[in-house]
Amino acid sequence: MTEAILPVALALFSVSLLLNLYRVLRGPDIIDRILGLDTLNVNAIAVIVLGGIYMNSSLIFEAALLIALMGFVGTVAMTKYLVRGDVIE
Amino acid sequence: MTLLSVVLLPLIGALLVPLLARARSPLIPAIASGIVTLAALSLLLLQAPTVLSGELITSEWAWIPSIGLSIAFRLDALALFFATLITGMGLLIILYAHFYFAGKPGAGRFYALMLAFMGAMLGIVTSENLLFMLIFWEMTSLVSFVLIGFHSDQRPARRGARMTLVITGGGGLALMAGIVLMGSIVGSFNLTDILAAGDELRAHAHYPLILTLVLLGAMTKSAQFPFHLWLPNAMTAPTPVSAYLHSATMVKAGIFLLARLHPALADTDAWLYSVSTVGMATLLTGAFIAMFKHDTKELLAYSTVSHLGLITLLMGLGTATALVAGLFHLLNHALFKAPLFMMAGAVEKATGTRDMRRINGLWRHMPLLTIMSAITAASMAGLPLFNGYLSKKMFFIESLDANVISPLNWLTPVLAAIAGLFSAAYSFRIFHNVFFNGQPRELPVWPPRKPALGIQLPIILLAAGCLFVGWQAEGIVHGLIRAMATASSGVKAPAYDMGQLHHVGPAFYMSLAALIGGLILYALRERLFELYDQLPPADAREIFEWLMTRAGNGAERFVHALENGSVQRYIALIILTAIIMAGPVLANVVWYGAKPMTPADPLTILGAILMMATAFGVVLGHRNRLFALLLLGSAGLFVTLTFARFSAPDLALTQLSVEVIAVIIMMLALSFLPQTTPVESSRLRRSRDSIIAVLGGLGTGLVSFAIMTRPQDSISDFFLEQSVPGGGGSNVVNVILVDFRGFDTLGEITVLGIAAVAVFALTRNLQLKHRIPNERDQYWASNPHPLILRTMARPILPIALMVSAYIFLRGHNMPGGGFIAGLITVVALSLQYMAGGLAWAHDRMLTSFRPLIGGGILLACLTGLGSLFMGLEFLTSWFGHYELPVLGHIELATALLFDLGVFTTVVGATMLILANLGKLMTVNGPGEEIG
Repeated sequence: MTEAILPVALALFSVSLLLNLYRVLRGPDIIDRILGLDTLNVNAIAVIVLGGIYMNSSLIFEAALLIALMGFVGTVAMTKYLVRGDVIE
Repeated sequence: MTLLSVVLLPLIGALLVPLLARARSPLIPAIASGIVTLAALSLLLLQAPTVLSGELITSEWAWIPSIGLSIAFRLDALALFFATLITGMGLLIILYAHFYFAGKPGAGRFYALMLAFMGAMLGIVTSENLLFMLIFWEMTSLVSFVLIGFHSDQRPARRGARMTLVITGGGGLALMAGIVLMGSIVGSFNLTDILAAGDELRAHAHYPLILTLVLLGAMTKSAQFPFHLWLPNAMTAPTPVSAYLHSATMVKAGIFLLARLHPALADTDAWLYSVSTVGMATLLTGAFIAMFKHDTKELLAYSTVSHLGLITLLMGLGTATALVAGLFHLLNHALFKAPLFMMAGAVEKATGTRDMRRINGLWRHMPLLTIMSAITAASMAGLPLFNGYLSKKMFFIESLDANVISPLNWLTPVLAAIAGLFSAAYSFRIFHNVFFNGQPRELPVWPPRKPALGIQLPIILLAAGCLFVGWQAEGIVHGLIRAMATASSGVKAPAYDMGQLHHVGPAFYMSLAALIGGLILYALRERLFELYDQLPPADAREIFEWLMTRAGNGAERFVHALENGSVQRYIALIILTAIIMAGPVLANVVWYGAKPMTPADPLTILGAILMMATAFGVVLGHRNRLFALLLLGSAGLFVTLTFARFSAPDLALTQLSVEVIAVIIMMLALSFLPQTTPVESSRLRRSRDSIIAVLGGLGTGLVSFAIMTRPQDSISDFFLEQSVPGGGGSNVVNVILVDFRGFDTLGEITVLGIAAVAVFALTRNLQLKHRIPNERDQYWASNPHPLILRTMARPILPIALMVSAYIFLRGHNMPGGGFIAGLITVVALSLQYMAGGLAWAHDRMLTSFRPLIGGGILLACLTGLGSLFMGLEFLTSWFGHYELPVLGHIELATALLFDLGVFTTVVGATMLILANLGKLMTVNGPGEEIG
C-alpha cells in the first residue's frame, strides 16, 4: 500500500514545488514571492520526509526539522525587511 | 655542535642585546656583545690546531631533505681564517664603537645589528650546504641594508642603503640561480660533493651560465666593477659599520665565494678571462678615483674597491701562487684598511669633518694616531718591510707570470704597476693630508678634541698586527696562508718561495716605480685635481636613482593596468585564463568515461530543472536585489534537497543553516544599499561577459562530468575505512572535520574569528545617518516589534537550542556537529533580535562575543595540544567507551571538545557580525559597542 502511494505523493508534491517556484519567479508582487518561498519550504519538508521513507533512511529527517525551524526565520527576516526596511532594529 | 654554537652565539646575542640596551650604562650592551664575540672567537681558536693540521670538521643536521637543504657546517683552514677575521675584527669594532657612540644614541641598536651581521657572515663562511649558505648570504644583504641606513633620518643614508640592497640583493638572486643549477647537476648541495664534481661541472653545457650567475653574486657582493657603486655610497653608515663591512666582512664574502668554489668552477679560460678582467678593471677604476676624493671615507671606500679588484684578479689567475698572494693580501688589507677607517671616524669625531681640504696638520693634536696611521698607510702604500709591501710584490710577481693573452703579456704588469702607483699616491694623500700639509682650515670643531685612548686602542692593535705580519711574513705565509690555499683549491699548495720577495728583480723595480711615481703624482696633486674637475661630472648615484624611479614607476603602472580594482575584471581574467590554458587540452579529452551513469528518476530530473530555473532567475532578475536574494534562498533550498536526495545529510544540514544566515546578513547589508542595480555596462561588454561565463560554466560542468564518469581511487576510501578505528566516530564527515583534517578546521575557525573581529573593527566607529522615515507611512507597519512575532519567537528559542544541543552531541556518529549546531543557535538568537529588537535582546543575554571567539579557538588549540602531551601528533583525537550509571553506554572523545571549540567560535563570530551590522541601523540601539 505505502509503496504504491509514496511515488504518487512524491510526484504530487513535486508538482507543488514547481508551482511554488512559478509563483516565486512570476510574482507579480514581492509578497507573492515571499509567500511562494515559504510554501516552497513547507513542501520541501514534505518531499524530504517522503523521500526518507521511500529510500528507507531516517538520516535526512533532520534536514526536514531544520527547514521547519530555520525556513521560518528566513521568512520572518524577509517580511521584517519588507514592512520596516530593516531586519534588526 | 661547536660550529653551530659559533654561528648561533652572535645571532642569539643580537636578540638579547636590545633588551640590555635599556640599561642605564651604555657599557653593558657593549660588554655583552664583546663577551658573545669573544666566546665565538675562542670556540673557533680551539679548533685551530685540528684544522690547520689539514683536518676538515663537518657537522650536519637534516632540515628539508626533499630539496637538499640541511643545516650543515664545515670548518677548514679557509673557513677558519675568515671566521677568525670576522669575529676578531668584530671584537675590535665593538671596542671602537663603544667610544665612537659615546654620547650618541643608537649604540644598542648598532650592537644588535652588528652581532646579527657577524652571525650571518660566520654562517656564510662555515656553511657546508650551499642552500643553507644562501640564507646567510641574503641575511648579510638585509642586515647591511639596515646598518648602512643606520641614520635613517638622512636621505643619503637611505639612498645608499637602498642601492646596496638592490645591487647585493640582485646578485644574491643570481647566485641562488647558479647554486640551484650546480646542485641539480651534481645532485647535492653539499660543498664536499660539489667541489668533488668540478670536472663534471666544467664539462657541462650549462657551465657558462653557472659561472656567470655565481660570478654575478660574488662580484656584486665584493663591489667589483661595474657593481662597485654601492660601496662608496654606503659610506653614509656610521664609521664602525664601514670599518667592519668594508674592510673585513661583507665585501670579502664575494672573494670568499671565489676561493671556496675554486675547485668546482675555476681553471678554465672563461674563469680566467672574466674574473681577472673584472678584477683588473676594478683595481684601476678604484685606484684612480680614490686619488681624487676629498672625503677621507670616500677615498678609503674607493681604495677598498681597488684592493678588492686586486684580490679578485689574483683569484682569477687561479694558480697556486696567485691564490697564496690573493689570500695573503686579503689578510693584509683587513689589517690596514680597518684601522684607516677607524682613524677617519676618530678624526671626524675630533674635528667634525671628513673633508681633507680642511683637515690638515693634525699631528700636533693627536701624535699617537699620527704614528699608528703612518704604519697603516705605509702598509697600504706598499712601503718596504710592511705587510702590504710583501703581498703587493707577490701580486707584481704574479702579474709578470700571468699568461693572459700572449701578445698582450706586457699589459698586465704595466697596468698592475699603474694601479700600484695610484694606490701609493692615495695612501700618501690620506696620511699627509690629514696629519701634515699645513694648518687646519675652518674646522667645525676647534680646537680638535683629543681622541680617547679607547678609540685608538683597536687602531694600535691592528697597526701592531701590520708590523707583526710584515716581520713574521714567512711563518704566516707558510703556516696559515698555504693551508688556506690548500683548503681553497683542494690541492696541496706548493711551498711559496719567499726568497723571491727579497730579490732585486723586475717586481722590485715595479714596486720602486710605483712608489716613486706615487710620490710624484701626490706632489702634482693640485694640478691633477684641477684636471679632474674639468672631466664631465658623471654621477652614477643620480643615474641609479633615475633607474630606480623609472623601474618603480613602471612597476606601478603595470600593476595598476592589471589590477584596477574591478572585481568583474579579475573574475573575467581568471576564467579567461582557465579557458585559454585548459581549453585546448580538454577539447581532446573523451568526455564520457567508462563508469556507468546512475539511473535518473523523474523526481531528480524535475529537481535539477527547478534548481536551474532559480539560477537563471537570479541572473535575469539580479537588478532587483530583494528578488535576487529571495531566489538565492530558493536555490539554496534546492541544493539542500539535492544533498538529501544523494544521501549527504551533513551537507544538507550545513547548506541549509548557512543559507539562512547568509540571507539575514545580506538583508542587513541591503538596508544600506539601493534596492535596484542600475545598468552600468555597455551591451557589448555584457555579451562578452555572458560568453565568458557560459564557456567557463560549460567547461567546469564537462570537466566534472568527465571526472565523475571515470573510475578512480580517491582518498575517501581511506577516510571511510579509518573513520571508526582511527577517529572513533561513524560520521565520516564529522571525523574528517575534527580529526583527519582537524588542522584545516582550526585554521578555518581562526579565519572566521578574524573576519568577525574585522567587521567589529570596521563598524565600531562607523556613523551612518539616522534613517528617519521621511514620510509618516513609509513603512507598512508602524510597530517594529509586532506582538504576534514576539510571542512566537520566544518559545522557538528553547526548542531551537534543544535541537542545537541534539545536533551537536550526536555529531560524531550521526549527521551534525559543532558547526551546524552553532548556526542553529545563531539563527534562534537572531530571531530574538528581529522579534524583540537589539536592545531588548541584549538586556537578556550575555554579549561578550569576542571572548567567545577567542575562547573557542583556544579550546580547539588546547585540545590539539593535549595530544602532544600524550606523545601523539598535534590534534590526534582520543576516545573511549564507558558504562556510566543512569546514562548507560557512552562514548567520550576529545573530538567533542574540539567540536565545542568550533561551536563556540561559530556562535561568537556570527553573533558579533549580526549584532554589529544590526546596530548600525538601530536608532534606539545601545550606544556602546557590542561584543
